[in-house]
Amino acid sequence: MTGHVFHPGHEPLHGVTVVVEGTSGRTWVGRYHERNERGVVMHDVAIHDPATAAVSREEWIEKLRRFGIAVDEPFVILPLKEAGPIAPLVEWLETKARPAPAPPR
Amino acid sequence: MPYPEMMIKPMREEVTRLGVQELRTVGEVDEALGPGEGTALVFVNSVCGCAAGGARPALTLALQHGVKPQHLYTVFAGQDLDATARARSYFAEYRPSSPSIALLREGEVVHFVHRHMIEGRGPEAIAADLAAAFDRFCSAALPTDRLP
Repeated sequence: MTGHVFHPGHEPLHGVTVVVEGTSGRTWVGRYHERNERGVVMHDVAIHDPATAAVSREEWIEKLRRFGIAVDEPFVILPLKEAGPIAPLVEWLETKARPAPAPPR
Repeated sequence: MPYPEMMIKPMREEVTRLGVQELRTVGEVDEALGPGEGTALVFVNSVCGCAAGGARPALTLALQHGVKPQHLYTVFAGQDLDATARARSYFAEYRPSSPSIALLREGEVVHFVHRHMIEGRGPEAIAADLAAAFDRFCSAALPTDRLP
């Protein structure tokens, strides 16, 4: 991140597509708006729930990276107790994404 | 809800002054993209300062590169709704975001820059990626064995 805030008065992450690792195990990817006393406010959010997802989180995020954000919820206030680490999607991909396992020969 | 036209006029002109043809109706989009001939760039313009403020200068820089798409088009998301929806139908496998940039060759998407690939990056970095895509996909003399 450059640290540049395009909208004065907002946090540096405002308007940036972020990955929020939820304490529940869910992963939330969407446009960060702000953090307030109610939680982390996000727009156009895709949600990965390991209990119901057909693919791993890494595969899911790779698909988002390639084809864009498949929005599950247009607006989310993520309770602070659910909001774990937050990182811009591009940084998350650089630091946390693991390569998909090689296909069996 | 669209913004007042007076407010976004400079944002349109920042792109059209580069020689990029603005498509404002469904008919204009189909006329431009329907034939699917050659290489075409579609810049989905946006009011959002978080990302579009970097995307437009990046496009300016990228179009100074020696290799460029044959056709340059733009639509304005949130303003020209029908034209934008129609343009997105030509790259429907990619989720809508704005600003974004699609590069097509013979009607097929060969490179796509999502909003999340623009946010927080400087125009120079975005332009460098675009120029690399132009080199890869828009070089007229590209030997067939180098086609991706």
